[in-house]
Amino acid sequence: MFVTSAFAQESAPAADASHAATEGETHSGTSVPAEHGAFPPFDPATFPSQLLWLAITFGLFYLFLKRVVVPRVGGIIDVRNDRISQDLDQAAKLKGEADAAVAAYEQELAEAKTKANSIGQQANDAAKAEAETARKKVEGELDKKLGEAEASIASIKANAMKEVGSIAEDTASAIVEALVGGKVSKAEIAAAVKSVAR
Amino acid sequence: MAADKVDPIHQFHIIKLIPINIGGYDLSFTNSALFMVATVIVAAAFLFLTTSSRSLVPGRLQSISEMAYEFVGNMLRDAAGTQGMKFFPFVFSLFMFVLVANLLGLFPYFFTVTSHIIVTFGLAALVIGTVIVYGFGKHGLGFLKLFVPHGVPVFLLPLVVLIEIISFVSRPVSLSVRLFANMLAGHITLKVFSGFVVSLSALGAVGVAGSVLPLAMAVALTALELLVAFLQAYVFAVLTCMYLNDALHPGH
Repeated sequence: MFVTSAFAQESAPAADASHAATEGETHSGTSVPAEHGAFPPFDPATFPSQLLWLAITFGLFYLFLKRVVVPRVGGIIDVRNDRISQDLDQAAKLKGEADAAVAAYEQELAEAKTKANSIGQQANDAAKAEAETARKKVEGELDKKLGEAEASIASIKANAMKEVGSIAEDTASAIVEALVGGKVSKAEIAAAVKSVAR
Repeated sequence: MAADKVDPIHQFHIIKLIPINIGGYDLSFTNSALFMVATVIVAAAFLFLTTSSRSLVPGRLQSISEMAYEFVGNMLRDAAGTQGMKFFPFVFSLFMFVLVANLLGLFPYFFTVTSHIIVTFGLAALVIGTVIVYGFGKHGLGFLKLFVPHGVPVFLLPLVVLIEIISFVSRPVSLSVRLFANMLAGHITLKVFSGFVVSLSALGAVGVAGSVLPLAMAVALTALELLVAFLQAYVFAVLTCMYLNDALHPGH
């Protein structure tokens, strides 16, 4: 239904084209709609006006876009890309710094650990050495005391033994006197006591 | 009046708003011219105002402008290489003009600038004119290598050259007719289905019930037309990029 009416109108323009053109000129002073039965998009009477206004509007549009919009939007996008790459660079730089800081920290930590170990070792060694010297000192003192004690025992023993000899001599001379009634020289008695004591 | 409403062609009529006649040519400011002006103002104002803050982190509207910019930029770079970027303002203007004209045409009672073949042909002629002028300006007669593909047997060459010339000549025609026919057919179909709704609802209760179907169709077609508006602007811009690539690199 609509197709037939459209076709009916479309078949007309060829016949109406010249008619429309002349009418467009005669009626140019008035604002009469171009309803001549011609299919409007194919009505040549409207071509000059449309082309002119297309040239004017599109020309101005092109100039505006070329002069104002394209530089502006391009600028915005360039600035953003620059900023992004800059930020990425800075992020990479900061990451490098952070990595370096971590490495330095770990190195320091390792150094501190070894230092702590060495300090511990030193303290340990010193303590051991001290204990050793203290032990040696104590042992030395003990040895000295032991030596002194032994020496005093020996001297006491010698004294005692010496006194035993003289007591024996006295006793022997007393016994000899009592039994024999004669006097025996001290030297003889001492020799006798010595031989017995052996 | 009722017949006017149902007539699907009525929307394409040119109405003179300010009659101008110079040298026997009718150069009146018409509704078509009005909508060209509207298209240009809407597109330019949108691009200008949404980017006026120059935000580093774009808002929604600024993103749209930047997306359009980068969309066309990538399209042109893919088709014509970095050398083609000197045509970027031209392709970007074409894309924005066609897109906004198509979108504005979707509003009821609005005139669709791109539904007139002379407008689309004017734009297509501008593209091909740019290709020819730049092609000959840069490569001289070397631009004619465009019509002589490499590696074609000599005995086939006349035929191939003829085909290439025909294909080149038909470019402005196909470029303009594709856009024009898509917009025209879409708007006629939309108008016809909307007309069904009006005429059916005039028939009483049964008609109102019956008009639900064409109404649903009209809604679906509006969505389709929105897609077509984008798609045709894209196709127009992509083909422009490819033709400009021929002007930059004629030997293919």
